[in-house]
Amino acid sequence: MSFLRPKDDTQPWKGRYQPYDLIKEASIAVGVITLLAVLLTVLFSSPDDKSSTISQWSHELPVNFATAAATELNGTSGTAGYGPPYNHNSQGTQAWILRPQKWLGVSHPINTADDFVIKPLETVSSDPALQRGVAEYKAAPEKQKQEWADAYAKPLEEYATAEEEKKTAPSTVSVDLSTGTVTVQASGAGPVPLMMTSLLSLAKSGGLEGGLVTSSQFFQTDYTKPLLFMADGGLLAERAEGQHLLGEQWGMMNETGSYPGQPWLWLYALWYQVEPFKSSENADILVMLVMGVLSLAFICIPFIPGINMLPRKIPIYRLIWKEHYRAQQNA
Amino acid sequence: MSAAPTTPSKSWTVKVREKGVEALPPERLLPDGQPTYVASWIYVFGVASIASLIVIIGSGCILALKGPAWWHYTGVGHFFNSIHMWSVELFFFAMVVHLWGKYWMAAWRGGRGRVWVTGAITFLIAVPAALTGYVSQQNFDAQWISTQAKDGLNSVGVGAFFNVTNFGQMYSWHILLLPIAVVALVRAHVLLVRRNGVVPPFEIDTKKAAIAAASPDGGGSPPPPSLTSTGAQS
Repeated sequence: MSFLRPKDDTQPWKGRYQPYDLIKEASIAVGVITLLAVLLTVLFSSPDDKSSTISQWSHELPVNFATAAATELNGTSGTAGYGPPYNHNSQGTQAWILRPQKWLGVSHPINTADDFVIKPLETVSSDPALQRGVAEYKAAPEKQKQEWADAYAKPLEEYATAEEEKKTAPSTVSVDLSTGTVTVQASGAGPVPLMMTSLLSLAKSGGLEGGLVTSSQFFQTDYTKPLLFMADGGLLAERAEGQHLLGEQWGMMNETGSYPGQPWLWLYALWYQVEPFKSSENADILVMLVMGVLSLAFICIPFIPGINMLPRKIPIYRLIWKEHYRAQQNA
Repeated sequence: MSAAPTTPSKSWTVKVREKGVEALPPERLLPDGQPTYVASWIYVFGVASIASLIVIIGSGCILALKGPAWWHYTGVGHFFNSIHMWSVELFFFAMVVHLWGKYWMAAWRGGRGRVWVTGAITFLIAVPAALTGYVSQQNFDAQWISTQAKDGLNSVGVGAFFNVTNFGQMYSWHILLLPIAVVALVRAHVLLVRRNGVVPPFEIDTKKAAIAAASPDGGGSPPPPSLTSTGAQS
């Protein structure tokens, strides 16, 4: 008996056999499972909540859109400060000396100001005033750009904070509900107000989605940029909260409606509900590492001393093989 | 004119065939008898897992044939999507019960360690196989799940080459790469089960068991004719 191989006195079976039809059993099983799946389909169908669009977002939550766009421009959004694999603006999460996010580098480069704001605006060639504004912004020194972008973002951030704390919104931001336009009184913002008003119009027209899809070719399948832009805003999270999909709602294993979702992810979801993971800014890597270790342990159960002895110590096997033991008793 | 006989020792084909038949003779691969202890509802869940996988692949093939958007705008498409989703739920349910059952049987005993290992890896590979399906749905679920799942994957560097917000990449993984891995693992798992046989019960009374095994009419009749020559289920 070695450390990895506890004593195993399992002997080849020399007892009786009973007739068994493997193919028949498999065919019946496929038939039963098909019937079950059809029954569940007829009774419950499957969820298909329409996807959100940037156009919908800009129509329904124009201030939220403008706020998110402003943070993309001044580099304070979630995506702008994400780090690898999107940019170098942070090092990403870490656990002790482990920094795999940083080690693997930037594989999907995203400059939020350029990709989410400037480049889409440059496609609006029919607006000479806008193009002059964009050219002025691009030609400005980095420090000036940052000052303009911050000046525009500040009133919007104050507005968002007031909304979150349910206080009176500052008068520097106003929304025309009939047209859905957002006016931000931002002194010292240079051409940014003009650019952002145009970006909102572009978003409402549905033109921003196409401008954000990552590819210069006709056929496109990579939605990383529009998804990250939308995730920086509030529409997806608002819908997700209503559908119990947030992290604190065990959202990782849920699905829209009351459908079962991915219950096999319960253990992943569990760690996010408990300390120290819950409040850690490195929760993602810590949970992934814990799950990695547990997954390895799961594979290696036959070789883990103690765990591999439990089935012998806790006699659930007597229930499983009760017919066998009864027959043996009567023999 | 008859073909010249090949030299067995030099023919790769013959070597592979002989190894295959030696490891899994036909009567062991497709047995017509099972040990008497294979008599519990728990044994149903292994075959139920495979049956669910067959339904998943069948419904998935129909969805793949019609393209990823089909199920959003046709009733028939939505029907097959629902079949696909529910068979995935049944697959995981059956597999989890099967794994728990096998754990409490300590089904790795008697040199069956690889049977457990292939089963466990199948479960772990099935998780991303399902996840890639959820993020390929092209609806709100896919938007939300992909933007949330990216953080965990990015944190360990996986996001550098496995981008859950890239529909094209996820769809490829979901309908080709991961199903191939799952099916290959299930195939290996089933062949190992057929080779090693279903794990026998713990002997709680070794003396009685020995007597039963030795007695021709008590507890130990020989295996069916098709099994006697090979010592199947050993």
